[in-house]
Parts: sequence; C-alpha cells; structure tokens
Amino acid sequence: MRFGNIWREIDLLPINPDVEAAPTPHPWSLVRANADLLPFIAVGGALGSLARWGLGKAMPHASEAFATSTLVTNVAGSLLLGILMALVLEIWSQTRYIRPFVGTGIIGGFTTFSTFALDIRYEVADSFPVAMAYALASVGGGLLAVLVGLVTTRAVIDRGRA
Amino acid sequence: MIVLAVLVGGAIGSTLRYLTDLIVQSRHASRMPWGTFAVNVTGSFVLGMAAASWASNSTAYALWGTGFCGGLTTFSTFSLETVRLSESGAVRIAVLNVVLSLAVGLAAVSLGWWLVRL
Repeated sequence: MRFGNIWREIDLLPINPDVEAAPTPHPWSLVRANADLLPFIAVGGALGSLARWGLGKAMPHASEAFATSTLVTNVAGSLLLGILMALVLEIWSQTRYIRPFVGTGIIGGFTTFSTFALDIRYEVADSFPVAMAYALASVGGGLLAVLVGLVTTRAVIDRGRA
Repeated sequence: MIVLAVLVGGAIGSTLRYLTDLIVQSRHASRMPWGTFAVNVTGSFVLGMAAASWASNSTAYALWGTGFCGGLTTFSTFSLETVRLSESGAVRIAVLNVVLSLAVGLAAVSLGWWLVRL
C-alpha cells in the first residue's frame, strides 16, 4: 500500500489550475433550487430526533458508562441508511422526496455524531478501555451496518429482477 | 415541553445540516466529504458547550443538545460516505475521513466543554 500520493488523491486543488473550472453555483441559487425539500427534511429530522430521544429514555445509562442507546441508534440508523440508499439508487431514482424525508430527515436526525463524541469524552474520564470499546463498536458497527444494508438490498433487488 | 424542544431542535438542526452540506459540497472538488465533516465537528463543539451549561434533563438541553446538535450531526451519513469511498477505491480517503472526524470531533466537544467551564 502506497501512502505517498495521498495529498494528490485528496485533490484539494483543481486538477489543472489553468483551466477555468465549471462555475460554482451561488449558494443562494442552490438553496432556492432545493427549497421545496426543506419542509420534508425538517419534519423528518424532528421525527428522527424524537425517536432517538425516546430510545435514550428507554435505555438509560450513567453518563460515564458504555452508551448502549447511542450505539444502538447509530448502528441501526446506518443499517437503515444502507438499505435506503440501495433502494434510492436502484429503484427510486426518479423520486425527489424520499431521500430528503427518510434519509436526510428521519435517519439523519435519528443518528448523531455529537452525542457519540460526548459519550467518548465522558467514558475516557472514567475508563479508557470502555471508551475505546465504545468508539470501535460504533465506527466498526456503523460501517459494517451500511455495508450489510447496501449489499443485501442490492442482492434482493437483483433477485427480483432476474 | 421536552418533547416539543426535541422536535423543534431536531427540525432546525437537520435542515441546517442539509443546507451546510449542500453549500460546502458545491464549493470544493475533493472527494473528502467536507460537508458532513463540517456539521459533525460544529455540532460536537456546540454539544460540548450545551453539556457543560445545562443539566441533561433540562428543556434547554433538549432543545440545543438532543434536538439541535443531534439533528445537525449525523453518524449514518458519515458511515455511508466512508463505505462508498472504500467501494469506489478511495480507501485512503475513507481512512482519513474516519481518523479526522474522530480526532477533530473529540477535540471540538472537549473544547466546547472547556470554554464554558473555564
């Protein structure tokens, strides 16, 4: 594995600075072009956040203990997003509101990176191994869940088409 | 009151996450998902401040912590973007995304906490 050209791969600069890149759309024109999505994202995000809050209430833990409720939220949400994105890309590619409402809104509002970071901060103060286990379980579980969601949903779609 | 605060905070945070990602992603050409990175780091910083300021069962924390920061940040999109980077062969950017998000996110939550408790 070569790490030499990582900064080239990240490609922070335009590939050829002499060639004028495609004009970047003005932020306001981007917002206007997508303004119809905002209510769907807001309502979805409110519902997803409430579900996360409810799950936290149902699975209480001391702030410095292993945050099982956040872990369950983030891994389950990652699985759901994997399933949704496979469906959106393969079947619902013509729909406009499913991804903003369910993906960006409900699932995005349901999962949380900030609480994950705060949980680690509390756990580190009490026990470093617990914090490590929680961080690894969250990241590993989240990535694996997305992969499982994507792969199984694609397989089901392919079987349906065959 | 708590339920209403979570709903309102989540609605505002999620909408702001979408708008931030939309604008940030339109303004760079790299494959690194800077939009999600930006909301996750900002949300972690604000949550650090919120956790240092209010009790976790208060209405203020429900609005700004659980609702706003929870809605602004996302773990599922972070996971999805990392997996899709790996799938497309950009494994090193995927690894960089995980390491950078964790390191800066943790630093942000601690900085937010520290600024309030200073």
